[in-house]
Amino acid sequence: MTVHRAPSALTVFFLSFCAAQAKVDFVKDVQPVFEKSCQGCHGAKSQLGNLRLDSRQLAMKAIKPGDSAASSLYKRVAGIGTEARMPMGAKPLTPDEIATIKTWIDEGAEWPESASVRGAEIKKHWAYVAPVRPEAPKTGGNWVRNPVDAFVLARLQKESLHPAEQADRVTLLRRLSLDITGLPPTIAEVDAFLADQSPRAYEKQVDRLLESPHYGERWSRHWLDSARYADSDGFEKDKMRNVWFYRDWVINAFNRDLPYNQFLTEQLAGDLLPNSTQDQKVATGFLRNSMINEEGGIDPEQFRMEAMFDRMDAIGKSMLGLTIQCAQCHTHKYDPLTHDEYYRLFAFLNNSHEANMPTYTPEEQKKRAEIFAKMREIETGLQHRTTDWLARMTAWEQTVRHDQPEWTVITPEVDDISTGGQKYIPQKDGSFLAYGYAPTKHKVKFLYTAKAAITGFRVELLNDPNLPLGGPGRSIKGTGALTEFEVEVDGKKVKFGKATADVNPPEHELDKMFFDKTDKRRVTGPVEYAIDGKEETAWGHDVGPVRRNLPRKAVFVPEKPLEPGAIAVFLNQRHGGWNSDDNMNHNLGRFRLSVTSAPDPVADPLPVAVRDIVTRVPVAERTQAQQQAVFRHWLTTVPEWSASARELEDLWKQMPEGATQLVLSERNDMRETHVLTRGDFLKPGKSVEPGVPAYLNPLPAGAPANRLGFAQWLTSREAPTTARSMVNRIWQSYFGTGLVSTSEDLGRQADPPSHPELLDWLAVDFMDNKWSLKALHRTIVTSATYRQSSKVTPELLQKDPANRLLARGPRLRVEAELVRDIALAASGLLNGKVGGPSVFPPAPDFLFQPPVSYGPKNWYEDKDADRYRRALYTFRYRSVPYPMLQTFDAPNGDFACVRRPRSNTPLQALTTLNEPLFLETARALALKALTEGGATDADRLTYAFRRVLARRPLPAESDELLSLLARQTGRFDGAGANPMELIAADPAKPPALPSGATPAQAAAWTAVSRVLLNLDETITKE
Amino acid sequence: MNPITRRWFLEQCRVGLGSMALTHLLQGAKAEGPLAPKKPHHEPKAKRVIYLFMAGGPSHLELFDNKPQLAKFDGTLPPADLLKGYRAAFINPNSKLLGPKFKFARYGQSGAEISELLPHTAKVVDDITIVKSMVTDAFNHAPGQLMMNTGSQQFGRPSFGAWTIYGLGSESQDLPAFVVFSSGKKGPSGGNSCWGSGFLPTVYQGVQFRGAGDPVLYLSNPKGVDNGLQRESLDSIRKLNEMHLGVTGDPEIATRIQSFEMAYRMQSSAPELMDLSKEPQHVLDSYGAVPGKPSFANNCLLARRLVERGVRFVQLYHEAWDQHGSLVKDLNANTKDTDQACAALVQDLKQRGMLNDTLVIWGGEFGRTPMVQGGSDGRDHHPNAFTMWMAGGGMKPGLTLGESDELGFNVAKDKVHVHDLHATTLHLLGFDHTKLTYRFQGRDYRLTDVHGNVVNQLLT
Repeated sequence: MTVHRAPSALTVFFLSFCAAQAKVDFVKDVQPVFEKSCQGCHGAKSQLGNLRLDSRQLAMKAIKPGDSAASSLYKRVAGIGTEARMPMGAKPLTPDEIATIKTWIDEGAEWPESASVRGAEIKKHWAYVAPVRPEAPKTGGNWVRNPVDAFVLARLQKESLHPAEQADRVTLLRRLSLDITGLPPTIAEVDAFLADQSPRAYEKQVDRLLESPHYGERWSRHWLDSARYADSDGFEKDKMRNVWFYRDWVINAFNRDLPYNQFLTEQLAGDLLPNSTQDQKVATGFLRNSMINEEGGIDPEQFRMEAMFDRMDAIGKSMLGLTIQCAQCHTHKYDPLTHDEYYRLFAFLNNSHEANMPTYTPEEQKKRAEIFAKMREIETGLQHRTTDWLARMTAWEQTVRHDQPEWTVITPEVDDISTGGQKYIPQKDGSFLAYGYAPTKHKVKFLYTAKAAITGFRVELLNDPNLPLGGPGRSIKGTGALTEFEVEVDGKKVKFGKATADVNPPEHELDKMFFDKTDKRRVTGPVEYAIDGKEETAWGHDVGPVRRNLPRKAVFVPEKPLEPGAIAVFLNQRHGGWNSDDNMNHNLGRFRLSVTSAPDPVADPLPVAVRDIVTRVPVAERTQAQQQAVFRHWLTTVPEWSASARELEDLWKQMPEGATQLVLSERNDMRETHVLTRGDFLKPGKSVEPGVPAYLNPLPAGAPANRLGFAQWLTSREAPTTARSMVNRIWQSYFGTGLVSTSEDLGRQADPPSHPELLDWLAVDFMDNKWSLKALHRTIVTSATYRQSSKVTPELLQKDPANRLLARGPRLRVEAELVRDIALAASGLLNGKVGGPSVFPPAPDFLFQPPVSYGPKNWYEDKDADRYRRALYTFRYRSVPYPMLQTFDAPNGDFACVRRPRSNTPLQALTTLNEPLFLETARALALKALTEGGATDADRLTYAFRRVLARRPLPAESDELLSLLARQTGRFDGAGANPMELIAADPAKPPALPSGATPAQAAAWTAVSRVLLNLDETITKE
Repeated sequence: MNPITRRWFLEQCRVGLGSMALTHLLQGAKAEGPLAPKKPHHEPKAKRVIYLFMAGGPSHLELFDNKPQLAKFDGTLPPADLLKGYRAAFINPNSKLLGPKFKFARYGQSGAEISELLPHTAKVVDDITIVKSMVTDAFNHAPGQLMMNTGSQQFGRPSFGAWTIYGLGSESQDLPAFVVFSSGKKGPSGGNSCWGSGFLPTVYQGVQFRGAGDPVLYLSNPKGVDNGLQRESLDSIRKLNEMHLGVTGDPEIATRIQSFEMAYRMQSSAPELMDLSKEPQHVLDSYGAVPGKPSFANNCLLARRLVERGVRFVQLYHEAWDQHGSLVKDLNANTKDTDQACAALVQDLKQRGMLNDTLVIWGGEFGRTPMVQGGSDGRDHHPNAFTMWMAGGGMKPGLTLGESDELGFNVAKDKVHVHDLHATTLHLLGFDHTKLTYRFQGRDYRLTDVHGNVVNQLLT
């Protein structure tokens, strides 16, 4: 690099000549300032802003010799200009120091080569360079089982430490079981392992556990933390939402060992994959786990942006392993991510609908396929028997093609005060989309000035990807109900004579989900119900699964045509439930109003899709599906086919309801992305195109500028942090701390890795194994490092308190969910069912009622086997976290979490001692011990002990517990204590005791079991 | 446990520490580990905080900020330039102005102006510090409450209480350091996150107490377990844990033993705390508290009892102040529920000599619009100007700081942003708010983010 261009040699000469006496000496005057104040960030260790002030060559990017005013070095230390003053975050240089630097630059910035670090370079931070597989160190000895151990041992040798002996088999199996499946081993499993003398005994256990369906449950929970999974919307309403299909997708993905790159791709862009399956679309639920604010008075765009920021943050922490959140407001201070680059990444994600799709279990999918096949059979049967069907259908089309009057879409003004807090957002096609807060009863008013006489009004109910199941209504089934359609002229109600619609379901009592706490008759039914002047009746369009989510229309004809002039139109919607803070609205979701002057208008009986084909697509140009759609409607108009039509109708009624899932779907018209000044959505700056940060890998050639392209970039082998961040988190979960302790951030500010080469080796090995997580687990758990005993000496504890060097095995309190699962499993109460809707184990009622909860919430306590499901399935309200899980540090899903804290508190003690479900496990374990534990108390104790801790009790432990048992049996036998109170939730319904066992015995055993379930060791991976 | 205690404990255990000695050690122990008492940056004026969070957004215009001009312009539209760039939650900002609904008068030596709705607060005006120039960034409830509690509208940041405990530790051995009560019509909009620990360790989060029944979840022994059995069970648990500590050497087991013992102590101390029937009648009367009947007044009295027992941070949520309609009726009811108890709390603390080093804060997440919502009896959310008051803990008593403009719309003088309030209260607690930091995601975070100035005028 040549830099001495600006000041001519003559000037330099002149300056140095004149100032010969006072000339600043670099080594004496300037270098010490650099060393003291600058080189911490701009030196050998770190080169923030790609600047090094220990190398003449590399410093010159900030120095223009002879011209301090043009040198950013001077300007930044002097605080001139808009950029942050240097040294950043520290005291400014003294005026003398600043003056010295100024003079030195103005004098030509002479810097002797001898005072410059030779061969200095700007190092890229390790995590920004794609990992290459390092050679495993040669360490000698026979402790090493696989390369993991070689790296660990080399480090131990450097610290003069030795690995610990291998843990005993029982401890090891319990550790392995808790790590891989999250459940303690059964007595039989322990015995089988102890009896297996084959050299591969341990590896066989690893294989068995990795094949267990509980493996997916255990590891899904980690991912769900980082996916900020919860079953409710968050914010004050915090309504229930349906996202358990996503949770089950994660479980299944782990169980079938879906390669991690594919795992990420489906979550980012499953819907954009060719012929995407239901599962792949469900996977985009990852992005939809953001919170939704339906507080009254919100600006929906503000909270769409909040959700976008949340998605960026979640991707950053859980997939990239980099903190990118800061660049939302400004260029990142430490990492090289610029403000613009953040929004370029953002642009990849910014083109989606917040959609909600129907989901079906495999059984339901099968059922649907059968029904559709039968329908097709009936339809093709009709076609076969009626050879001229096409001619007849075409003739029918002629009769209906032009039978519609001309409608004028109107875009009236919404009267703000009438909306009940719901936003009516005008759409390009003249329709309104209902959004934000959803009042359960309101009457919205529209103001319109008619230019021509009006003979009829049309209300079209339209689909929208942002409505539940695509709408057209806003209820969680995508339905709405129109209680009354009203029009006023000069404050006087217009009388309607006739109403028609393309759907007129028979009268039907309102679904329970719209209960309004009154005993009034409340029904939906045909369209006449919208002009009958009664608040109890409404026009509805719920005609069962699938078809309830089609667009519909109604036409209302006034008794006398209206003169041109000002009118008010009201859509009265009063068929929601009592609680606007819950999923009880029954509002129209998207709709459009039109008027006509044509005489006697009626609603078009043709479904919207059929009308579209009939008018737009000539018969010869139709696809088979289009032709089939027209046929399906036409056949209902053919009188002699009424029997077949009824058969088809019956089949529709058998259609499974299915569930729903929040997903993303891509918009057709690209949303423009702007750089937001300070992250404020009200301050959009310049617009940007999708793109990736310069300091990371380039976008793969041909990658599209959408979420799929983003996924291709993120899962490229060149992506430096994707594999590293995942292997680091898996390591963290086994050993308590990641190889990089700051697992959410591998960037410049991250703690340096304890074993950098091991991290890279694992990352490359992971990718080489086709991103197989099971292979990664196998590598870690079969290492000698993992198998070490976790016993610790005070010396080692002092030297390495957090066990970063791994001279011992991990000993850690298990995660919140496992605390519960261990008790359930040990007691035999555990219901091992995998997947399905979230469940409601017991919880104190008052938590879900005001003033603890913002609004009343539902908690349908399970009384059956669902009460004893794994804690993974416990329903998660964000604003009212399940107390037991919260107490043991489970995150509530407000934001992505890749590293849980691990606290140890009195509230945890109160929970395991006194919480009802824990007590139920103690009772159940007592009965197990009495029933299956053997003939003597000592046998029973060993049995119960092994169920909880896998190992057998030491003599001192037995003595203590048997003594407690004896004392308590005596006490419960006496008059002072009623054993029924302890052994039965309801003393009127005592449990069946094994023959020969007394209530006092059962009570004493309950006490002993409670002690066992409360031991530190019980909730610890030893 | 701190490392020294841990090491000592370990060494003792290895030579066979008797359980009596262990019990003694545990009972005599101060809170340790992450909750150990810590010294702040400078000598604190306030050692504890009682924060009366008036959730929903109380109307400054009916309670503290007298605006005769607003009365004069009642029924007219606000000046157009005032509304430039202004966003309202529900109303069209260009709605008519609504005059104040209640009368004001001056009270005390300080002559502070207070509405007729607050006759009890009027009696303590010389002990409190009123700030009429509060400003926040948020105008919806959940973001507003998060802003006021965590300094950010986004979820995920630690609450003010959590920062305080993180910085000062706990003075109580058998009660949580940060306790939260909730009264009123509903729970706070921000939910748990209002007192959450964000990215700080979870031991710093607030623990929700209930105003009646078991104050803490799962505090009582289950049915069939009497105190004798509970103690015996805990003894067995402790002995087995000790044996295992001897085998593994993991000090975490010692911490677990300590947690169980503290839980046991809490089982007796918490009910004792909650038992208001021991309070003299005149004290109950002064608050308007009735033992056994949960109310904001009971919570105020409980707050005093908590701080007496070393609890560092008590927050009382009273979610009732969202008067989009029924302004007159609801404000009458709300002030009836809260005014007397708030004033009694200040007086009670003062009489006990605790007001000097206890900081009391009263306020909501924002104020209400000078413009009407609905007919003539409601106001919308308003972030540009609102009022809070503080007492004790180094706040200058009898001071009224700041002014809003003549319509109560914008701050006209001495603006105090939420960040400034946080900086000031942290200052009183002994912290330089720019130095109370926690490293997360490669960055040092603080309650005041990159903002906030200590409002020196407020300090004694």
